[in-house]
Amino acid sequence: MDEPSATEQDSGDAPAHVIATRGLTKRYRGGQLAVDGLDLTVPAGSVFGFLGPNGSGKTTTIRMLMGLIEPTSGTARVLGRPMPRATRAVLPQVGALIEGPALYGFLSGRDNLLRYDAADPTADPRTRRARVAAALDRVGLTAAAGKKARAYSLGMKQRLGLAAALLQPRRLLVLDEPTNGLDPQGMREIRALIRELASDGTTVFLSSHLLDEIEQVCTHAAVMAQGRLITQGAVADLAAGARGRLVVTTPDAGEAARVLKEQGVGDVTVDGDRVTGEPPAQDLAEVNAALVTAGVRVRGFTLERASLEDAFVALTGEGFDVAG
Amino acid sequence: MSRAEALQAPAAPDAAAGPGRPNPLWTFGLLRSELVTTVRRWRTLALLGVLAAVPVLVGIAVKIETRGGSTAGPSGGDGPAFIAQITNNGLFLVFTALAATLPFFLPMAVGVIAGDAIAGEAGAGTLRYLLVAPAGRTRLLLTKYTTVMAFCVLATLVVAVSALIVGALLFPLGDLTTISGTRISFAEGLGRALLIALVVAASLVGIAALGLFVSTLTNSGIAAMATTVGLLITVQILDQIPQLHALQPYFFSHYWLSFADLMRDPVYWDDLVRNLGLQALYAAVFGSAAWARFTTKDISA
Repeated sequence: MDEPSATEQDSGDAPAHVIATRGLTKRYRGGQLAVDGLDLTVPAGSVFGFLGPNGSGKTTTIRMLMGLIEPTSGTARVLGRPMPRATRAVLPQVGALIEGPALYGFLSGRDNLLRYDAADPTADPRTRRARVAAALDRVGLTAAAGKKARAYSLGMKQRLGLAAALLQPRRLLVLDEPTNGLDPQGMREIRALIRELASDGTTVFLSSHLLDEIEQVCTHAAVMAQGRLITQGAVADLAAGARGRLVVTTPDAGEAARVLKEQGVGDVTVDGDRVTGEPPAQDLAEVNAALVTAGVRVRGFTLERASLEDAFVALTGEGFDVAG
Repeated sequence: MSRAEALQAPAAPDAAAGPGRPNPLWTFGLLRSELVTTVRRWRTLALLGVLAAVPVLVGIAVKIETRGGSTAGPSGGDGPAFIAQITNNGLFLVFTALAATLPFFLPMAVGVIAGDAIAGEAGAGTLRYLLVAPAGRTRLLLTKYTTVMAFCVLATLVVAVSALIVGALLFPLGDLTTISGTRISFAEGLGRALLIALVVAASLVGIAALGLFVSTLTNSGIAAMATTVGLLITVQILDQIPQLHALQPYFFSHYWLSFADLMRDPVYWDDLVRNLGLQALYAAVFGSAAWARFTTKDISA
């Protein structure tokens, strides 16, 4: 395996931040502020999850990073070069899947990839067929390569879009909802592929509305809401930032809830024999002692670790699928 | 082996600047892809099929009408130019067919291809993937315009070749008489026919540029095609209104039928030159407008 040399070379000439934006802002002609003063930093080699409800400005941000949309103000640097000015130098090293795949329905899957590859002036036509075949193989589409793209299912189109992003060795992959339309088996395959690419040293910038997907795959994440960046950092730190919940399992739920409230536990809810609440500032051992002293029979007393979803709800104050 | 290559590939992160330095000729790969893709569309083939059918219909109609020995078109005043001469020489079917298709069929076909060029890609979403490939906006626009111009030549040649074949099958071939009354050999006549076809193709450059500009304004291929063909019809109508004669020399279609002057002996160049100059002006103005629009546009489709 050549992985060690790959990582060495990567850190040798690559900037520490694969994506870095400063005050990136986009105001559409209608006056609507889609992205508002975004300071995003994506470390090299990370698998970076980009989260936010629909309409929070994720896609506009990705389009600005890819040079498709001109920022109203602020700067964006990708692979250390300013965008959109350096598109010709930067984009051959970036594979992208933006807002779902787009294909020529009257061309076969293979011919679609040949066309996208021909659009890149740095792609060697002598290796084009071999690279297209390798990309098709990587996403498991070799058998369907000769079929017209019109006849593809949504999942197959998604795979072909991914294959287009993998036509050349890339330093950065920007994947907008890459598992959209895939069945659970397909999702697992794509996640495995993303991990494999990341272990090769490719930085992956992944937008998703599936929080467990981000939690499973990503090392870092950023959360957007209403055009603003709410937080960014390592996934472990983000989840730790949200406070866990105290869970007491007991046959005496009513009495337990009363005692917990007395002890300063907030937001106490009773669900059958489970009583949950926000842990108080005081030592949890004191809370447990108070329960026992009050004659509450305790079967379980735990602090559940916060998930990324809890962190997200705590940050945005709303459910994840709420349109912004 | 391919597995090993795939693993090694990321080891050269600067592949673009490294051993595989891009060859400048690779930039034409997009043009080749564009030409092939355009010709493989059913819509393109259908348009070419309609264009190829026009000379067949004209040839058969003339053949049927003149079966009794009469000449087509009572005094040569009705119908497209040269129609009266087809029975004498099948080569005149080429000129007649071009004269019949130039006012509408040919520019309509060009308007459809040009209107769809950018807007169709935007509507299908493929434009964003071409641009992040990265095709480069100026390069993509030049490729599209070159392809539309290649289609102008192809469409004209389809009409001319179809007419030549039908003319040769249905009518005699031989020396021909020019509009000025002099006689030229069949070989020279064939040369003039080719020249005329090229002039007709060049006459379409203006509407091609106009269509491409319209195509950069919208994300709907259908809207761009309809607008371009609508503009074509509007200009053709305005060109018939005598009160607008001061404006008419600036309509892209005004000198279209000047190609007939190539059949004079000596050739009358004035209107031919005006036509080509006007087409160049349209190409420059609307080509620049399309470039200005497309290179600064936010691609949100």
